[in-house]
Amino acid sequence: MKTIAVIDYGMGNLHSASKALEHVSEADTRVVVTGDAKTILAADRVLFPGVGAIRDCMAEIRRLGVDEIVREAIRSKPVLAICVGMQALFESSEENDGVDCIDLLPGEVKFFGRDLREENGERLKVPHMGWNQVEQVSDHPICDGIANNARFYFVHSYYVQAKNRQQVVGRCHYGTDFDVMIADGHLFATQFHPEKSAETGLKLLHNFVNWKP
Amino acid sequence: MALAKRIIPCLDVENGRVVKGVQFVDIRDAGDPVEVAKRYDEQGADEITFLDITASHEDRDTTVHTVERMASEVFIPLTVGGGIRKIEDIRTMLNAGADKVAINTAAVFTPEFVAEAAARFGSQCIVVAIDAKMVSQPGEPGRWEIFTHGGRKPTGLDAVEWAAKMEELGAGEILLTSMDQDGVKSGYDLGVTRAISDRVGVPVIASGGVGNLDHLVDGIIQGGADAVLAASIFHFGEYSVPQAKAYMAAAGIEMRL
Repeated sequence: MKTIAVIDYGMGNLHSASKALEHVSEADTRVVVTGDAKTILAADRVLFPGVGAIRDCMAEIRRLGVDEIVREAIRSKPVLAICVGMQALFESSEENDGVDCIDLLPGEVKFFGRDLREENGERLKVPHMGWNQVEQVSDHPICDGIANNARFYFVHSYYVQAKNRQQVVGRCHYGTDFDVMIADGHLFATQFHPEKSAETGLKLLHNFVNWKP
Repeated sequence: MALAKRIIPCLDVENGRVVKGVQFVDIRDAGDPVEVAKRYDEQGADEITFLDITASHEDRDTTVHTVERMASEVFIPLTVGGGIRKIEDIRTMLNAGADKVAINTAAVFTPEFVAEAAARFGSQCIVVAIDAKMVSQPGEPGRWEIFTHGGRKPTGLDAVEWAAKMEELGAGEILLTSMDQDGVKSGYDLGVTRAISDRVGVPVIASGGVGNLDHLVDGIIQGGADAVLAASIFHFGEYSVPQAKAYMAAAGIEMRL
């Protein structure tokens, strides 16, 4: 029996992420939604989700010691961070007047801005909500079988700018270029929601549950 | 590389069944919302909106159960609207697997509810549904008012000002339904769609009145909407989602094909 732990720190909807993982996993895999450190560290794989405002997320992450759990988990097992889960791994975010994050990855989380425009002058709505294309800038087993520039579902107002360009696997463009797939050892992170990205997203999750870093 | 405009089929659900039923090509659907949503997902719909029109409180459990089943089998974003009045209602729907909730009447009577909901769950999952009706006379500049109770009760609120206020309070998206056009099949009210889309910085979904594929194109290009919602043209098999997407793409609109 294999186990995938979905980290529950009280923020947002974990149902769709866990259901999507169940959907792509073999019958011998159990998906558990849990905040318990022992259960998470005993699991074979870990999903680190996140929605909502980063200040509230970081407050709960620190209060429950999830930062230390994630730090520990990525030493030995595959960890997938999604959306605010990915943002929380960087140094700091501009959201909520500036919030210090877990600081596992070098880089910052920035605001799209109130008057975001495309190069041609077209005004862009914020949040960046909907299906956008992801350019794969380096090869990674998690992207096997996924076409370059395939569309994934995004919903966010803040974006990641990674300092270590070696860690960037995928990029996106919305008024500005930003980093949407990050990889470092046992860690893979996406700004978009693979669990909401239909077949393409399920393919990415399938690759994650079979990934042997 | 660009963000695609979205097509959102809408299911009106009562006591766990899609009302009016759905006619896909060659298949008359019995009306199970999960089966219907799955088929729209397979067709390439970008999101699903689930409108709960269940009247009685007791039947809400059926709705929650249906949302749970849908979220286990449909892996595209799911918005649930209808009867969202308390923080607890939002929590219940998000826990059942909804990604966003649409708040309608409750926002009109207690606008602070939108602020509280956005602070608690994040703007990304708070959609404010606005039912607007044109109240200006022909020849006057366009003026639209918010109506409640299925378009029967005027509120005196200006729809464009109201949309801006909802954005300020934390709405992450506006679902705009034109009550004049709903069910008439003569196209969206492009005037109010454009007025609100130009005024707010959050995405706007156009709804109400789609009768053909040109209406979808007009909603995006003339109305300035970020997404188009439709029910009957898809339900009764007049047009399929891929057909609509191909048509919109041919009109120069960025789509997920």
